[in-house]
Amino acid sequence: MPKLIRLTENGAELVDDRFTTVSDDEPIPAGDVILSLTRYQAEGEVLAGSNRATGVLLAGDEEVEALVYDLPRIPVVALSFAKFRDGRHYSTARLLRERYGYTGEIRAVGDVLREQAGPMVRCGIEVFAPSDGSTAEQWAATAGRFRHVYQRAADSREPIFAERAEGRAE
Amino acid sequence: MYQYDVLDKEFLADRSAEFRHQVARRLAGEITEDQFKPLRLMNGLYLQLHAYMLRIAIPYGTVNGAQLRKLAWIARTYDKGYGHFTTRTNLQFHWIKLRDMPDILDALAEVDLHAIQTSGNCIRNVTADPRAGATAEEVDDPRVWAEVIRQWSTLHPEFTYLPRKFKIAVTASAKDRTAAKTHDIGLSLRRERDGTLGFEVMVGGGLGRSPYIGKTVREHLPVDRLLSYLEAVLRVYNRHGRRDNPAKARIKILVAQLGIEEFARQVEAEWALIDASKVDLPDTELARIRSFFARPDFQTLPRVSDAFDAAKAADAGLARFARNNVHAHKVPGYAIVDVSLKAIGATPGDASAEQLEVLADLAERYSLGEARVTHEQNIVLPHVKLDDLAAVYAGLKAAELASPNINLVSDIIACPGLDYCALANARAIPVAQDIARRFEDADRAELVGELKIKISGCINACGHHHVGHIGILGVDKKGEEFYQLTLGGSGAEDAEVGKPLGPALAANQVGQAIEDLVEVYLRERKGEERFLDTFRRTGVAPFKEAVYAEAH
Repeated sequence: MPKLIRLTENGAELVDDRFTTVSDDEPIPAGDVILSLTRYQAEGEVLAGSNRATGVLLAGDEEVEALVYDLPRIPVVALSFAKFRDGRHYSTARLLRERYGYTGEIRAVGDVLREQAGPMVRCGIEVFAPSDGSTAEQWAATAGRFRHVYQRAADSREPIFAERAEGRAE
Repeated sequence: MYQYDVLDKEFLADRSAEFRHQVARRLAGEITEDQFKPLRLMNGLYLQLHAYMLRIAIPYGTVNGAQLRKLAWIARTYDKGYGHFTTRTNLQFHWIKLRDMPDILDALAEVDLHAIQTSGNCIRNVTADPRAGATAEEVDDPRVWAEVIRQWSTLHPEFTYLPRKFKIAVTASAKDRTAAKTHDIGLSLRRERDGTLGFEVMVGGGLGRSPYIGKTVREHLPVDRLLSYLEAVLRVYNRHGRRDNPAKARIKILVAQLGIEEFARQVEAEWALIDASKVDLPDTELARIRSFFARPDFQTLPRVSDAFDAAKAADAGLARFARNNVHAHKVPGYAIVDVSLKAIGATPGDASAEQLEVLADLAERYSLGEARVTHEQNIVLPHVKLDDLAAVYAGLKAAELASPNINLVSDIIACPGLDYCALANARAIPVAQDIARRFEDADRAELVGELKIKISGCINACGHHHVGHIGILGVDKKGEEFYQLTLGGSGAEDAEVGKPLGPALAANQVGQAIEDLVEVYLRERKGEERFLDTFRRTGVAPFKEAVYAEAH
């Protein structure tokens, strides 16, 4: 079974990926699957009755708004980074967490590199399929490099101005 | 000026450690150059023609004596003894070795300097009016808001991989010294009739291949809502800006394609959904930041200085310097001094380590410890007593920093061009030097008056040629350097993109063409008209006739 890096309270761990990501021209196998947005919209209703979990893969140009009403029954949203430079899904992840209150799994797939760990984690992504062979330990270390942050995002970190208000700069 | 507290300092230390780690991974071959590139760019490190170039952020152009001395030390220790101030009010070193970078960042962090986000597709170093806190023209201190933006934008996790770079400028005077309308976002502080302070928000300005003047997306944004509104603008851009073609990826293209009304509608819709209480700074933090920009301890002085007037009468050089480089201060008995980095024949914006140290000394002795960098690649000593002007002038003169040419024809903006830059098509520096030499006669330069020449070595327009009164763009014609002239541009409050004059000129024709253009202006001008005013009245015809007459 393929492995993924999942954030934990103390760092990160390697976990099995119980989902099969299915391309649009493949038949849907048994078990839990992740489908493209298009296929989910076409077939998700049927699959919902089949006693398995169905996640959705969003391409870079697909917008989370299309998924809003289905979110309560979607266990995982996989955000596809075709190129690591394509930053659209940083916004997607924040909207999922902060605007739509999504509590399921958000994972980053595609061109996912260790040096992106910091901003990805801050935007609410918690599961990673790195394309550069990073280990869980490396991932956690990279994500935790900074003792302070300057702004709020989808994580629970308090920004520097809140730390100051609590007297931590003295 | 703003003082870093322990939290700001720990942040810089972590950043420095992070880049040390990234450089080690690169040198060990663990990551490819393609993967390393965005990481080094976000630390200001470019690979240029001859070496790495390091661009150091000078947030809103404000710098103190200790920082200037550290920059001088880096110039001597790791570079060739000089640095180059840019139109983004940053300082570049052009001869840096990758393996030295971590140590350089540590040295910078000792004086609260860094290279964060001086490149890459992220929110770049924010700029502000170099006369902030010194001019009577402003309705508020723009540095307060520039610092607010600096903090918010630093490693903003959502906006680290934008479609393209993103530049913000803040001004608070009717007279715009930041080129706000050429920025992705220009913020102009205004006071409403009811006394409330707000920003006019202009979006979608930018130069480069497709020049646009920024359009007003919101007339009055309450100042305490600044960050949530910026977050809305950036989110709309991050999600919808084009990513298929870097030449069309700036926000100006999105604004042009949507139209300003539709863009504004999308921003307002996004803004309405943002939980502003999480984004906008609390009043206590705004007050804390503002306290660093409190009015310094100015002395109570007479409006005129007998000592200065006597010195001027005795020294024509000082009198000329005073006419061109010294400006009114909001406090009686003080002046704002512009220091030109455009000595005749020098490279525009370059400063040697010795000059940086002289500026540090003068700032500390005579300008309450502060200097500013301008987007026109000059330095400002913002708080000089009239009584001290003669001493400041003498100090500058000894360091070859007393060129009395601010806003005159030899005060030229030029990018590094083909002498340094891998992107350039043509050299910019020798063109600037040639023009400056032709107007070396200071009487003639003063007779010509305000004339802003801006030179870019390629279409990326780092030299802002589109908004020069005379713009000069280097182009490559079958392996030869040619130059396209534009006239009538302005980057100020009357911003406009210049109009092409005619076919591109060979390198050896440019200097003469500038002289011809100036002669036409002197012949045609009426009253107090600047070059720009005359051009706007007469149109291009007489200028075109003069430059291309000989070719017929």
